[in-house]
Amino acid sequence: MGNDKLGVFVYRTIEDLEQITQYGMKLAAKGVATPAAVLGGGLLGLEAAKAVRDLGLETHVVEFAPRLMPRQLDERAADLLREAIQGIGVQVHLSKNTRLIAGQERMSHLEFVDGSSLPAEMLVISAGILPRDELASLGGLEVGPRGGVVVDEYMRSSDPNVYAIGEVALYQGMVLALVAPGYEMAEVAVGNILGKDNSMSPVVDLSTSLKLIGIDVASFGDVFGTQAPQRAIVFEDKLKGIYKRLNVSEDGKKLLGGILVGEASDYNQLLQIYKNGITLPPEPEALIVKLAGGESAFGSVLDLPDAAVICSCESVSKGQICAAVSEAGCETLKAITKCTKAISGCGGCKPMVDDLLKGALKAMGKTVKETVCEHFPHSRQELFDIVKVKNYTRFETVIAEHGTGYGCEVCKPVLASIFASIHAETAVAQSGIQDTNDRFLANIQRNGTYSVVPRIPGGEITPEKLIAIGEVAQKYALYTKITGGQRIDLFGARLDDLPFIWEELIAAGFESGHAYGKALRTVKSCVGSTWCRFGMLDSVSFAIEVEERYKGIRAPHKIKGGVSGCIRECAEARGKDFGIIATEEGWNLYVCGNGGANPKHAVLLAEKIDSQTCLRYLDRFLMFYIKTAGPLVRTAPWLEKMEGGINYLREVIVNDSLGIGAELDVDMANLINNYQCEWKEAVENPAIRARFKHFVNSEETDENIEFVSLREQKMPRAW
Amino acid sequence: MQTLLSKYTPVTESEVKIWFKAGPIHAFPDNAGACVKYQDKQIAVFHFTAQGRWYACQNLCPHRMEMVLSRGLIGDEKGEPKVACPMHKRTFSLLTGENLNGDCGTIAVYPVKVSDGEVYIGFS
Ligand code: FES
Repeated sequence: MGNDKLGVFVYRTIEDLEQITQYGMKLAAKGVATPAAVLGGGLLGLEAAKAVRDLGLETHVVEFAPRLMPRQLDERAADLLREAIQGIGVQVHLSKNTRLIAGQERMSHLEFVDGSSLPAEMLVISAGILPRDELASLGGLEVGPRGGVVVDEYMRSSDPNVYAIGEVALYQGMVLALVAPGYEMAEVAVGNILGKDNSMSPVVDLSTSLKLIGIDVASFGDVFGTQAPQRAIVFEDKLKGIYKRLNVSEDGKKLLGGILVGEASDYNQLLQIYKNGITLPPEPEALIVKLAGGESAFGSVLDLPDAAVICSCESVSKGQICAAVSEAGCETLKAITKCTKAISGCGGCKPMVDDLLKGALKAMGKTVKETVCEHFPHSRQELFDIVKVKNYTRFETVIAEHGTGYGCEVCKPVLASIFASIHAETAVAQSGIQDTNDRFLANIQRNGTYSVVPRIPGGEITPEKLIAIGEVAQKYALYTKITGGQRIDLFGARLDDLPFIWEELIAAGFESGHAYGKALRTVKSCVGSTWCRFGMLDSVSFAIEVEERYKGIRAPHKIKGGVSGCIRECAEARGKDFGIIATEEGWNLYVCGNGGANPKHAVLLAEKIDSQTCLRYLDRFLMFYIKTAGPLVRTAPWLEKMEGGINYLREVIVNDSLGIGAELDVDMANLINNYQCEWKEAVENPAIRARFKHFVNSEETDENIEFVSLREQKMPRAW
Repeated sequence: MQTLLSKYTPVTESEVKIWFKAGPIHAFPDNAGACVKYQDKQIAVFHFTAQGRWYACQNLCPHRMEMVLSRGLIGDEKGEPKVACPMHKRTFSLLTGENLNGDCGTIAVYPVKVSDGEVYIGFS
């Protein structure tokens, strides 16, 4: 067949992977698009294809069957997956029976039985799992014709004293390379070793949910609907790349299996319904098609039977979780994990456990109110309303009238943020309730020095200003770095140098960039239609306008924005709390995205709007967020928790369904009109300026601050 | 590092030999902290203005050996006055120096008295 040629790899061990990477990188380094192929369009093959693509090679997947993932997906699902995969630049070749790996010493192309061929300088063979059954064969155990230790429903091999489980076992003629059956096999084997009489369930659970090349793919139960008379409900959206299929019993009452491609966030809930034999709602299609209004059709986890396994990694049932709350007295997710181990595996069950916790607490008559901390019996939103209605201006008054104790590091910054949003107050006014960063208007870093970030709206800056920043950095010996938000961060400033640094930056025309605050950070822009040959609209000018409009505005968490001049989206605007993207017919406004540990794409709020409309929606959106989000909740999780989701938000912002639009407009205008640069405020007021000293009783600086050198600059000594 | 820590040993009111004059009341911020230099020590002094109380502790946070506690937010946990380190929010009792939300060990606390508008810290 030719698989001894250079460039041909199998995909099994770490060493294989290392060799593939090395070889692939060498090919990619040639610079031209070098073709590489992956043999096998199953789970592993597609994973391998992604790896090959990530190496920078022109990637082809070759599959013997007429569709991808033939064991898990039906034709339409596989078709959609193929389109999605091709959409990211991986070519797919189906119904191809490889005849020969051709070439001299190195492979050059593949030849197929149908006479066609495919140029490829590398081939990764990923056609199924090869059980490592060498030991078993040596020991005389029965193995299958294509490998695998033959086991019965008790996991016993041909020698009843030897058991095999997992990928080495051949059960019902199949090697099962999935984790769920692995768990079941382990349980069965242990049970039998201990003398119990348990056996595998008659139908092996092949349910899986994973991300393949960034695409959700999940299937569960009877995928193809062949095991019992049933009917299928199918939803397909080719535009968004979503396919969902539910196999429902003939009477429409039970869920027997299903497939989800492109969007699988409901997998866990569907799996629970299937596994526990829960009766379906009268209109089961609601389970896969989100109805207007966004109400979930799933009912609540509380309706599951006690035996329902909620955390499959640790096999913890609903009953155990509820008992942890009602009997062991757990009141937090952490406590439940400690007590039952739930959530400690993949974490996929966390939302369900959270719902169970709340439900169980409620059933015990305990209110689960999200209070800010022990000092206030209120949520952030309630505190916001209290401060607004009573027009409070001081922390001391609010805690005396509505709280207990002295306050703490949680409620003080929350109230500071509320005062800022209601009275357009800068962080200088009540510095004692600000977090360190806000108190000193800079970001504390390792070794207790600070970093300074001047505002550079939209990332546009003149050569003169660049020079000014450079001169300040030189003078105060600061480490400089370009940030992800298109501005420049100056690190290593001593507390007592801060006012002098700001003074010089202000003289050069800069203002605070609020990099230290839970506030608007930057509005990132691409170069836009003024220079870019693809640009539809002037993204830089608009980004500057937007950044200037909202600068200094404080919120429950930081806010980032972006403006892109065309759908190529170079400003990565959909990874921001708000993103504005130019189209031929105007701006599209997206909201509630973020980067970071848990990236979320912003979702469309309004499309084809002009600049003014865009600003009005943004005003309302931001003000609504500022008023209603919990402390330190960014826009993405805020939206996630909002009942009705984006449709509801759109109603409030665009159609003013709550009738609060005018009020939001006024509140936002108040913030915009009363903006002041707090650096300026601090350097010009001698009493405030005096705060920036390391010692109250000495002019000396902190002698403990140490730096070491780093690539011609400096960094703090390591911890 | 250990030598830095060993500079700070707790002092109780009865052990005080020297009352060090740290400065006038108005030199200290309201409801917040400031750092005082005494010989080669850095002492964080906190004015709980609303309660009319003063507390002092080492400025050194034992978690990462940073001289930052005076810049932390102050407050109470179930009535016990505390400071939260600005770096990673470890909280320390200002009565006992104990780390209230972790196992960072105990910091040194010092007695404070105010007379004739001046703030004094007690050392042994
Ligand atoms: S340095 Fe104080 S908590 Fe880490």
